[in-house]
Amino acid sequence: MKLIALGSDKIASSVLLVLGLVSFVIPLSNLVLPADSGLHFSAYTVSLIGKYLTFALLGLSLDLVWGYCGILALGQGAFFALGGYAMGMYLMRQIGTRGVYGDPLLPDFMVFLNWKELPWYWLGFDQFWFALLMVVLVPGILAFVFGWLAFRSRVTGVYLSIITQALTYALLLAFFRNEMGFGGNNGLTDFKELLGFNIQSEDLRAVLLGVTGMTLMATFILSRWVVNTKLGRVVTAIRDQESRVRFLGYRVEMYKLWIFVFSAMIAGLAGALYVPQVGIINPSEFSPLNSLEIVIWVAMGGRGTLYGAIIGAVLVNFTKTILTGLLPEIWLFSLGAIFVFVTVFLPDGIVGLMRRKLQERAA
Amino acid sequence: MNSFAENIFGEAPKASSGILVVDGQVDTRHGPILYLEDVSVSFDGFKALNDLSLYIDAGELRCLIGPNGAGKTTLMDVITGKTRPDMGSVFFGQTIDLLKMDEPEIAQAGICRKFQKPSIFDALTVFENLELALKADKRTWPTLFHRLSSTQYDRINHVIEVIGLMSCNQHRAGILSHGQKQWLEIGMLLMQEPKVMLVDEPIAGMTHQEVERTAELLLSLQGQHSIVVVEHDMEFVRSIASKVTVLHEGSVLTEGTMDEVQNDPRVIQVYLGG
Amino acid sequence: MKANLIKGSCQVIAVFMLLFSLAIHGDQDVSAQSSLQTAITNLKQGSMAEREQAINQLAENGSASLAILQALLDGQLFTLKTDMTLVIGVDNNQGYDVRDALTGTALGAMDRGAVNKINLTNKLRVSLRRTIGQLQLTVEDPAIRLAAVKAMGNEDDESVLALLKARLDLEKDATVKQAIQVVFLLKDMNSSDKSLRVNAIEALKNQNSLDVVNRLNAMVEKDEAGNFIETDADIRNAAKAALININTRLQLYSSAETVFFGLSLGAVLVLAAIGLAITFGVMGVINMAHGELMMLGAYTTYVMQQLLPNHLGVSVLLSIPVAFVISALVGIAIERGIIRFLYGRPLETLLATFGVSLILQQSVRSIFSPLNRSVATPEWMSGSWQVNDFLSLTWNRFYILVFCLMVFLLLLQILKRTRLGLEVRAVAQNRNMAKAMGIPTSWVDAMTFGLGSGIAGVAGVALSQITNVGPNLGQAYIVDSFMVVVFGGVGNLWGTLVAGFILGIANKFLEPFAGAVLAKILVLIFIILFIQKRPRGLFPQKGRAADS
Repeated sequence: MKLIALGSDKIASSVLLVLGLVSFVIPLSNLVLPADSGLHFSAYTVSLIGKYLTFALLGLSLDLVWGYCGILALGQGAFFALGGYAMGMYLMRQIGTRGVYGDPLLPDFMVFLNWKELPWYWLGFDQFWFALLMVVLVPGILAFVFGWLAFRSRVTGVYLSIITQALTYALLLAFFRNEMGFGGNNGLTDFKELLGFNIQSEDLRAVLLGVTGMTLMATFILSRWVVNTKLGRVVTAIRDQESRVRFLGYRVEMYKLWIFVFSAMIAGLAGALYVPQVGIINPSEFSPLNSLEIVIWVAMGGRGTLYGAIIGAVLVNFTKTILTGLLPEIWLFSLGAIFVFVTVFLPDGIVGLMRRKLQERAA
Repeated sequence: MNSFAENIFGEAPKASSGILVVDGQVDTRHGPILYLEDVSVSFDGFKALNDLSLYIDAGELRCLIGPNGAGKTTLMDVITGKTRPDMGSVFFGQTIDLLKMDEPEIAQAGICRKFQKPSIFDALTVFENLELALKADKRTWPTLFHRLSSTQYDRINHVIEVIGLMSCNQHRAGILSHGQKQWLEIGMLLMQEPKVMLVDEPIAGMTHQEVERTAELLLSLQGQHSIVVVEHDMEFVRSIASKVTVLHEGSVLTEGTMDEVQNDPRVIQVYLGG
Repeated sequence: MKANLIKGSCQVIAVFMLLFSLAIHGDQDVSAQSSLQTAITNLKQGSMAEREQAINQLAENGSASLAILQALLDGQLFTLKTDMTLVIGVDNNQGYDVRDALTGTALGAMDRGAVNKINLTNKLRVSLRRTIGQLQLTVEDPAIRLAAVKAMGNEDDESVLALLKARLDLEKDATVKQAIQVVFLLKDMNSSDKSLRVNAIEALKNQNSLDVVNRLNAMVEKDEAGNFIETDADIRNAAKAALININTRLQLYSSAETVFFGLSLGAVLVLAAIGLAITFGVMGVINMAHGELMMLGAYTTYVMQQLLPNHLGVSVLLSIPVAFVISALVGIAIERGIIRFLYGRPLETLLATFGVSLILQQSVRSIFSPLNRSVATPEWMSGSWQVNDFLSLTWNRFYILVFCLMVFLLLLQILKRTRLGLEVRAVAQNRNMAKAMGIPTSWVDAMTFGLGSGIAGVAGVALSQITNVGPNLGQAYIVDSFMVVVFGGVGNLWGTLVAGFILGIANKFLEPFAGAVLAKILVLIFIILFIQKRPRGLFPQKGRAADS
């Protein structure tokens, strides 16, 4: 953290402004204007932008733990996926008799596995409010238990990174199993409707984009408030001088736990917004590579700034869309190169560059 | 959080006088505020502390000297909970067993420490550094909603004045000079309103004037706080200490005034003939 | 190298056997030679009756004709349409890989149309099978004799039993002898004499034979109506007692087998983790590309086999040094090119090396295709060591275990005895001090990283012998091997060894109860909980230096 930045608020407000434009103008123009008007965005574009915004939210959640507290969590994708599964379970239960087997209670894959009853952990997911609660609670509780164990025994640095990776790896293996009751390999898909609206409809897509954008803005503002409170300063202090904080009388593990759980809940929320927009959730979301990709969004954007994570997430994913469209082989080469380049040459990310430019101009 | 209170109450019946000690108060009726008895610490066979016994009186300013490897820093590690001794007992007042507490609990009980290498938070401003050190409810949720009261605000500004950093109040701590960082860390100790201050090499990297002011400051704190200073600079030690303890190979070699200690043949042997 | 030695001794034995058989045949007179010629001519062209006679003549010729007879039975004996040479052909999907039946000279691949198969009637086949069994009983290799005894034991024929009986007196090998006895004891169980049966059961309960288990199990079962198939209660009880006896041993052997599998899995983990332990222990660097360096080693083996298609064993052995050099060079390149800019920032190193791992993976995918490549296992590494019916240990896993221990000891010696080892240990303990003493720390860093990476390459060669070689090979091992390092205690090679074996064995013992995936998850959870109690692993480093 080299800079108490001159112009940092300028960037923050520009990011908010762009977010506001995207999340209000696109949905509005799509809902109000006729399909042939020039300002009407295609369904593809709308869900693509919506997807980017959920990734931005996910990146932001990682920035809270990594950028501010110095915890390089390599399992952020797991919380995202859990939130996604919670939403997916709600959407599965909304299918009702419209499934291939037409079972009013059991999702298709359970009928296929010859299950007779709905497992207990699927109960309640027919209620939207319950699913929404689980979207934040399940990742939150997992983060709490895991964080409590890890932080209490003072597992730090690369050790922590690797056990978080092991966590998401274990979940990946577990969710691949049919016996888990989450659709195994195929995951949850073939959703029909969300709160009574057709999930394929362009209008719902537009609304979802708006909701995602607004959630992102609200979370951004809330997170910015959090990092500027005294708690935020303690967390930053832990990043820089962990043992000193302890000798000042703060329970470091509690602060780490607080920010870790907070961040996991945001990640869960991001997952829940992601699933209805892409129409599927499967175990591959738990893959360690996904979690590492999130890290590179934040590193690329510039960690410890919150908006850096948003910029990085959108930028890297935009690049991914373009490159995988052009030449799929090139994407992994580029991703690898980004990892190396950013860590060696761009430790403060794009935001660091922007700030330096702004400072030079001011000087 | 509660284990601190539990600890005190759990230990209370042990106070033979039968007077219950109030939460947050240290029983110093017998004089000493810190009791270290027969403390031993070893790392891989090397005895860093060897059957060390030491008593620090309430309100006293004590200097610890000794050659490198005598165990001075390890002693501080043991008192603040960073290192667990293999043997011995460490009590804060008569009733609080420090060996049952961890670092934050000990800090909250009122034992604060300045490190040998100044450890302050470079990314935060001078003001924020002091604000973090402020004696307050240090649990997460109260910290999240914490607002500085006007008395707390005044207190921070007062300390900034005491440590002479008024002009760099809103500067990031990272850009301070080495001496200023030392001062800031001392300021952070003051913010915690400690009963015991453990000060490890406070004047390293300070100018002559800064050294003088440090001596003044420490002397002025004497009486309200018990202060233990580890220092190599004998001139400085002479200027502040009424009582000096010499450590050697992990145990106390001798204690007394600076003059007594300096004329002790064993001390001369250790420093010169060692 | 020991593997080389074993291979060498195998060759020596083979040559010895060849000389031996030549010596035997050298004694035979010309008339025997000519009768062999007639036999083969009859076999090729004669009627079925003549063929039978020819088979008998060949059988008289002794074990030398065994290969021809076996090929005949397996339908692999042909004559060339061009010059009527008798050949053995092995189906290779397109045609046959052909070799001369008498001299064994390889004649290359041939079209199906180029050869005529020598056919048999069913009756002939039965008698041929018996003849082969009879011949096999006289073969030098006890393993073949053992197989022959077991095959013959299943035949209910007095003449076969007579053969076995005759063999029993001649047999020198204890295992084979025992197997023959088991055959007779099993026959005794069918007798009507009760005392004979009880004695047989009593004698059989000490045998480690699946045939015995099956037979005894059959004696205590009930038929569909709920009546015991075996009507005599005494016999039933004796059988039950014998079964209990055998099952205890069976469990013991199966535990032994699990331990062996666990050790071999542990050996793989240790091989994978040991390089990581060096780079992490000495330099504090997490090399996420470590798994990909192993993958490079595995692909090196693949390429070596492509270059030397006819020398499987040699190519695998040669791959070891070549893979070491290649992975070490790549490792040094990573260290010089990236990591040295990131010292003191372990998290950044983790990310950068992960980037490298992605690039290496994709390179391999682009060069060799994303599909798995199969690497052949040399003959001396395939197959298994059949201790008895209950316990067989596969050779490739055994060799990997040995190999792992050799690599470990070699590494230990390097660190202990060489100048580089001394410098590596010095840098690990106190980098600044080492620098002050004039140790070229950056050179040591590069060499340490090279060493760790080279070992990863060598581990890759070992892996290529037990799993498929593909671009994702490395990914599967990085988390596991890091767990081994953490569990064992950073900076302690012995810890890595012990931890690897413990985790390997634990995994294999859990698998039967929990399934492979759940076992893995349980082990992960165990390690996470273990770090709670002992954050510095099984064998922690102590002292002030460990704090920083």
